[in-house]
Amino acid sequence: MSFIVAQAIAGLASAASLFLIAVGLSIVFGVTRVVNFAHGSLYMLGAYIAYSLVVVMGDSFLGYLLALLLAAVAVGVIGGVIESALLRRIYHAPELFQLLATFGVVLVVQDLTRTIWGPDDLFAPRMPGLDGAIEILGYAIPTYDLFLIGVAFAVLGGLWLLFRKTRFGVLLRAATEDRQMVAALGIDQRWLFTAAFVLGSALAGLGGALQMPRQAASLSMDLSIIVDAFVVVVIGGMGSIAGAFIAAVLISELLAFGLVIFPQITLVLIFLVMAVTLVLKPSGLFGKPEFLTAEDVRNPDPPLQPSGPMARTGWRLLLAAGLVAPLVLGEFSTVILTEIAILALFAASLHFLIWGGGLITFGHAAYFGLGAYGAGLAVFHLSVGMAPALLLAPIAGALGALLFGWFCVRLTGIYMAMLTLAFAQIAWSIAFQWIEFTGGDNGILGVWPSAWAADATVFYYLAFSVCAAMIWALRHVLFSPFGYTLRGIRDSALRSAAIGVDVTRHRWLAFTLAGAAAGVSGGFFAFAKGSVFPEVLFVSTSVDGLVMVLLGGMQSLAGPILGAIVYTEIQTELNRLTDLWQLVLGVFIVVLVVILPRGLVGLSALLLGRRVS
Amino acid sequence: MPRMNVRYYFSALFGALLATLTFASANAQQGPIRVGEINSYTGPLAAFTVPYRNGWQLAIEEINAKGGVLGRPLEVISRDDGGKPANAIKFAEELLRRENVDLLAGTFLSNIGLAVADFANRNKTLFVASEPLSDAVVWSKGNPYTFRLRPSTYMQAAMLAEEAAKLPAKRWATIAPNYEYGQSAVKAFKEVLKARRPDVEFVEEHWPALFKIDAGATVQAIARAKPEAIFNVTFSIDLAKFVREGQLRGLFKDREVASLLTGEPEYLDTLKGETPEGWIVTGYPWQAIKAPAHRAFLDAYQSRFDDYPRAGSIVGYSTILTIAAMLEKAGSTDTDAMVAAMKGLELDTPFGPITYRSLDHQSTMGAYVGRTAKVDGRGVMVDFRYANGADYLPDDATVRKLRPGS
Repeated sequence: MSFIVAQAIAGLASAASLFLIAVGLSIVFGVTRVVNFAHGSLYMLGAYIAYSLVVVMGDSFLGYLLALLLAAVAVGVIGGVIESALLRRIYHAPELFQLLATFGVVLVVQDLTRTIWGPDDLFAPRMPGLDGAIEILGYAIPTYDLFLIGVAFAVLGGLWLLFRKTRFGVLLRAATEDRQMVAALGIDQRWLFTAAFVLGSALAGLGGALQMPRQAASLSMDLSIIVDAFVVVVIGGMGSIAGAFIAAVLISELLAFGLVIFPQITLVLIFLVMAVTLVLKPSGLFGKPEFLTAEDVRNPDPPLQPSGPMARTGWRLLLAAGLVAPLVLGEFSTVILTEIAILALFAASLHFLIWGGGLITFGHAAYFGLGAYGAGLAVFHLSVGMAPALLLAPIAGALGALLFGWFCVRLTGIYMAMLTLAFAQIAWSIAFQWIEFTGGDNGILGVWPSAWAADATVFYYLAFSVCAAMIWALRHVLFSPFGYTLRGIRDSALRSAAIGVDVTRHRWLAFTLAGAAAGVSGGFFAFAKGSVFPEVLFVSTSVDGLVMVLLGGMQSLAGPILGAIVYTEIQTELNRLTDLWQLVLGVFIVVLVVILPRGLVGLSALLLGRRVS
Repeated sequence: MPRMNVRYYFSALFGALLATLTFASANAQQGPIRVGEINSYTGPLAAFTVPYRNGWQLAIEEINAKGGVLGRPLEVISRDDGGKPANAIKFAEELLRRENVDLLAGTFLSNIGLAVADFANRNKTLFVASEPLSDAVVWSKGNPYTFRLRPSTYMQAAMLAEEAAKLPAKRWATIAPNYEYGQSAVKAFKEVLKARRPDVEFVEEHWPALFKIDAGATVQAIARAKPEAIFNVTFSIDLAKFVREGQLRGLFKDREVASLLTGEPEYLDTLKGETPEGWIVTGYPWQAIKAPAHRAFLDAYQSRFDDYPRAGSIVGYSTILTIAAMLEKAGSTDTDAMVAAMKGLELDTPFGPITYRSLDHQSTMGAYVGRTAKVDGRGVMVDFRYANGADYLPDDATVRKLRPGS
């Protein structure tokens, strides 16, 4: 019994940490609808800045506390700078584009942090006055744990007061519920957004700073926390502070007791909880469903035009270049082009879902990875050749999409995106832990092309022709009646349903089709790399896909291809030049986002004065 | 951070100049011998790989200052894989096909090491794996073209198990990160300890996700099982959190702890004033090693980088020493000659002489085993001895069964 109490308190302390990190994200997302990938980086900065300040002034309790608070303020300021200098310029850009900008910020902050503070983990001393433990029911409970729980309640209470009793808070809540109306009532949105961002960033920084008495500051912090923070926000319900608190407690307590019963559950628990929650309560515990109001009708893009003569020439040139390239360029360039072709298909399938179907997904890597694993497992366990394995890949991707998609397409917006992520992460953790079947994190090796395709050039032509054909097929689908129906659903699901379209079934079909296409690219990826590792299912692969689509530009079907080319090339070439390639890539993305809010495709449109399709 | 291209191009140029002046033979016209190196220089692994890079840079400079190898300067072309196996393969392709390197070297994470090893096997290129610890690199997934420098997970766990067997403790708990390295370490430790002490039982196991340990809950759960001793495999921030929470909750009072890799400066230095005392660890007590081979390395490293070496520095330095010795033995950069030269290769490193076994391509480099202590607010290793890698490998018959095709 006393163990249960002690474990519950330990879980509550972890919940306090998680809540403090997640609540800032909930506020930012609730008000601005920006998927702020950089929230984890702000958390990390809070930790590092707190470390530096604590070293200087942390000898006494008050000094230490002041150091932590100053760190939070500093991060709030940094957040404000990011918002006003960068994000404000792109609020008008198509949805999700802000995600690309914040992704660039993540890269920049990671390299800057390593440059400024060095690569070593930095362990601050414990907080004076709270550096011991008190005995509760025979268990030693660290006093700082109790302090942290107190801080979480204080922040919860403070935010409640802010939101209920101050004008600023009321405006924030109103903006979370109905942005359009707030603007119509004459409130300056820019100021409101900046304020929300500063508040959210300061809370992230506070979350990071408060970790210093418990753990070391490390370069892994940004990515290790961001997914968890999003999960907490989604389970709790968008924009709900109380929801974030309850969700944090739920997850932390389940983890604290789960690891006693089943220690391996640590990898997957948080995603299982999210999946179950979203399936049972599609808007999270306390979230309000994203209403399909009249405002939900997007300013529709003009109907998709078949390519004009100029665009057609462009496509033909691209095709010709792809066919001729290996004969002209060296062997390594052929290898890179193979990778580009494969990733272009992956990006195109993602683009088909997001732009064609209006289905935002953060877990598209699941079907890419299932394709790769399908091929790899066939080679490893069944000893089949390359061709049968490559035929199995899209089937694996499609089956996964069929299964996961059934659940996902019933949700909308960010909830759908997070449910797709949950399924992808569950698939990842299965691949990671089912060592007997998938090889675990040591992966499947020896997935090399058959003898006839062993030459890099031959394999390239194979991959190029199949991927190009599939991209063309996806484009063809978008021009078919099914594709037009899909875009109708995207523009207004309500109206489409009103004229008798089975919205869910169409979405489900689109999801499955995209999953099959992603599976094809995954299968080729396995053979291109000669191996399959759980990374192919992980969120980082999904993010790479999103970055390529956004980079290239959402409006055009050439966008994902362009994005794949540029993203792959830049990463490869930058690596030869500098250690700080992430910094350069991040700056490039940030600058690009500001100058070209429509992505790279916007560049040609800018030059040509018209839309490319 | 120095632009590494400039640094080693300069040293390569310098070396080439010296070689031409000193030898003035036909060999000098062939250009430098190129080593393609891949590692994870960005992200959380940089704490290890930056000192590792210093190590190989120092070795390159020293070798080229003495005239290079086979009359040609030695050159390293390095790429950062960012911790992703797909990137590592991409750069392996680039190094092989565009940079025309003579061999591949490096990698840190085991999955990347395995991927590059398989690539090297497919493309019939020599691969000197410096750091990846997985036993699979030379055993279950071993291949003719891959050789590994560092003592493996099995070897280091065996070193600790030997010490653990001397303790009276019978009830053990384990805590290891939830991925292959952690799983293999626990498996090897259990195997070796139970062989020496059949009366030992493992009462509790914990598998925190890498870099995401819930330390308070985990520590309490371990304490509840009332083990007499703990085997710890966590490292980096997980270790720091585990140590702090463990000490706050009294987990380590009257309990012995055997902890893998904790004696390496990369992990020990982080703990500073909270270094737990008396833990049995493997590591690198750079301040106190008396052997002259190490002293020479220490002095050279400190004057070159104005910083003390880490475990990674030894690995990087010894990797280049391996390659240089191999080339001298092979007499050419033909892959078959190089592979043949690697088998049974003997050379001197700052840790003393090592051999690359023909049986499984594993080097006999060992590690220092000792106890942790706190001196002037920082952690050090005391009562240490050098454990020769050769003594902690299974017998040849077992190895042959573990390694395919041998």
